Amino acid sequence: MRRMMAAIVALALLAVPAAHAVQPDEIMSDPAKEVRARDLSRELRCMVCQNQSIDDSDAPLARDLRLLVRERIAAGDSNAQVLDFLVARYGEFVLLKPRFERQTLLLWLLAPLLLTGGGIALWLQLRRRSRNGADVPGPPLTPDEKARLAALMSDDATSR
Amino acid sequence: MIAEAGHYALVLALALALIQSVVPPIGARLHDAALMNVARSTALAQLLFVGASFVALVTLHVTSDFSVANVYENSHSMKPLIYKITGVWGNHEGSMLLWVSILALFGGLVAAFGNNLPLSLRAHVLAVQAWIASAFYLFILMTSNPFLRIVNPPIEGRDLNPVLQDIGLAVHPPMLYLGYVGFSISFSFAIAALIEGRIDAAWARWVRPWTLVAWIFLTLGIAMGSYWAYYELGWGGWWFWDPVENASLMPWLAGTALLHSALVMEKRNALKVWTILLSILTFSLSLLGTFLVRSGVITSVHAFANDPTRGVFILLILCLFIGGSLSLFAGRATSLKQGGLFAPISREGALVLNNLLLTVACAVVLFGTLYPLAMEVLADFKMSVGAPFYNLSFVPLFVLLLLAVPFGPLLAWKRGDLLGVTQRLLTAGVAGLVVVAIVWAWTRGGSALAPLAIGLGVFVIGGALTDLSERTGLFRLPFATTLHRARGLPRSAWGSVFAHAGLGVALIGIVCETTWNSEYIATMRPNDVAQVAGYELKLDGLLERQGPNYREMIAQFNVSRDGSALSVMTPSKRSFTTRGSSTTEAALLTRGASQLYISLGDVTADGAIAVRIYHKPLVLLIWWGPVLMALGGMLSLSDRRLRVGAPKPARAKQRLQPAE
Repeated sequence: MRRMMAAIVALALLAVPAAHAVQPDEIMSDPAKEVRARDLSRELRCMVCQNQSIDDSDAPLARDLRLLVRERIAAGDSNAQVLDFLVARYGEFVLLKPRFERQTLLLWLLAPLLLTGGGIALWLQLRRRSRNGADVPGPPLTPDEKARLAALMSDDATSR
Repeated sequence: MIAEAGHYALVLALALALIQSVVPPIGARLHDAALMNVARSTALAQLLFVGASFVALVTLHVTSDFSVANVYENSHSMKPLIYKITGVWGNHEGSMLLWVSILALFGGLVAAFGNNLPLSLRAHVLAVQAWIASAFYLFILMTSNPFLRIVNPPIEGRDLNPVLQDIGLAVHPPMLYLGYVGFSISFSFAIAALIEGRIDAAWARWVRPWTLVAWIFLTLGIAMGSYWAYYELGWGGWWFWDPVENASLMPWLAGTALLHSALVMEKRNALKVWTILLSILTFSLSLLGTFLVRSGVITSVHAFANDPTRGVFILLILCLFIGGSLSLFAGRATSLKQGGLFAPISREGALVLNNLLLTVACAVVLFGTLYPLAMEVLADFKMSVGAPFYNLSFVPLFVLLLLAVPFGPLLAWKRGDLLGVTQRLLTAGVAGLVVVAIVWAWTRGGSALAPLAIGLGVFVIGGALTDLSERTGLFRLPFATTLHRARGLPRSAWGSVFAHAGLGVALIGIVCETTWNSEYIATMRPNDVAQVAGYELKLDGLLERQGPNYREMIAQFNVSRDGSALSVMTPSKRSFTTRGSSTTEAALLTRGASQLYISLGDVTADGAIAVRIYHKPLVLLIWWGPVLMALGGMLSLSDRRLRVGAPKPARAKQRLQPAE
């Protein structure tokens, strides 16, 4: 399970969009730390913006938050500690990737539940139908409809 | 005078829509052809009047009649003509008028070209169209009338939001609306089928071209919007999982599922109930999109309106149509007979899997968009759902889907041979793995997943080509025979090859752009040189220029590679005096499918300027993919069997063999 999660996380990293509003004077001198800061910035919401991460936004608040993230990283915080610090200050609203907890259970489990549920339902339906055999034919066609059907089918035959 | 005429035309259209809502269904019940045929005339007349209303609003904008509130708030006499026209739908009222105009256009098309439909089906379809139209005419007339006058007309208008003053506004909203509203036709067909209580393969044949038209426009509309965001917003992002983008993606996912399930229904007479449900869901999601955008429930760049009465009105429309259609579905669906048995491993089975994955993906997007809203209202818990969530939940679903795509078209109907298909896909699979190895070796130790994803893209493209070579007998038969077969292949077969290959192309673009994007962020002074991905960009200087309704500052960059000059790039920053806001106009240099991208930041006190320069490898593939998909859709649409109009040669034959 943990390996699968790792694979899913890794797959997701592929699709992280590269979009930036970082200013030249913000960049940290240590490239490794700067990469961490950028990765964290993409997961944090600019609270006064319209659905932008602080990495994308030009708003002054986003800049303050970017500097704050870098400050915490420079102070030696781990990524989780930085996130905890920001959540303590601004609430869960700041996280673009909601944490896996009671309130977000349904959100996170939706895809796997639907996929397995839908798969099982389809499988049962298919088994039931193949056991029941062929269906009852529908209501008979009116002569007008028969003529139409013939027209459509013959048209189909010529185009093949 | 023009404003009043436009207003009155809209009222007349409402009256016509009300007649069209009531009379044709009564005619169908009484088996009265004359009453049923009323729908045809009213639909065409409605198109005429809504068209007149729309032309009136365009005229008001073009002539800068600031006594009309809508023109005053969104136009300026100095604005270039093209933006005066596109500004008509760059605001809430005008965009709703565009919405109903397109709805009337589709209704008119069904009326004009639906001669081959059974009379009662056409009457019901047009009646359902008129229900939708009446609701939206009422909405416009009661809450968002674009023709309201101002008592003391001002001399000058307040100008259009500068971000919208772009050619993108001319293309993106009309395309998107053609897609959204186009799905109303399959919705109306589904409701008509439920009312009539019968549905057959011929029904699917009538619905598929309309769905295809809507899908093509929606695909192009979304791609166009994404490219617009990419070059206009100034940081090179092309998809933000913004609620409004999601609102357009959901109908696309459901519509794609619908296209595929209608195929099963047409060929094999199976999945009837599911196809009906998907038709209802697809248009419901379009309506939901309209609600999300227009009500301002979710703040976003697209929400022009933040008026609660409008939100409540659209919510009522939404409940009425979604609730009504789903109740009708619940009551009637069991009476529709299922047909066409198939084994789990078969073309039908593959299409069911496609539908399952697309629907789950659609549900994920729906939940992600509405969940924060629900939590805030129900549990007083403020949270956000953004790109990182979708990357974790949506992307794996699409990876599964893409793995399955090449298998679908190669499986036989009813009972397929998975082993045989796997063998036939061996070449495509090997090609994918070779590419994985090459990319892996070439990038040396970078992310292991990017090569894998590119390999997947190659596999999808290879799968589409395998489908083509299987059908034409390439490498197995003499080349002349292959050529002959390729010419005889139904256009819809070519369509699916192109559409599926487009998926692979887009995937490769997405992976390359996100993985190997190089960036350079710095403050530059004239004669400074930036080095990005092997290109040298020298800042020649800054200059100011006066545009029609803005001032702009242009930076001129000389681009060279290995000492030889390539081109000059001129990114700029525009400030619009009327609204006091500014836009960044990024400069793009296309090299093959890759692009160099420069956007400007602020000027510092000592005359240096902040610049962001990106090299985005193969970025254009992201949009070529959808264009290929749309091209596939058009090929499929041009297939003789699916042509929207009446199949005339078939009529001639019908006359030759009357006794049947």
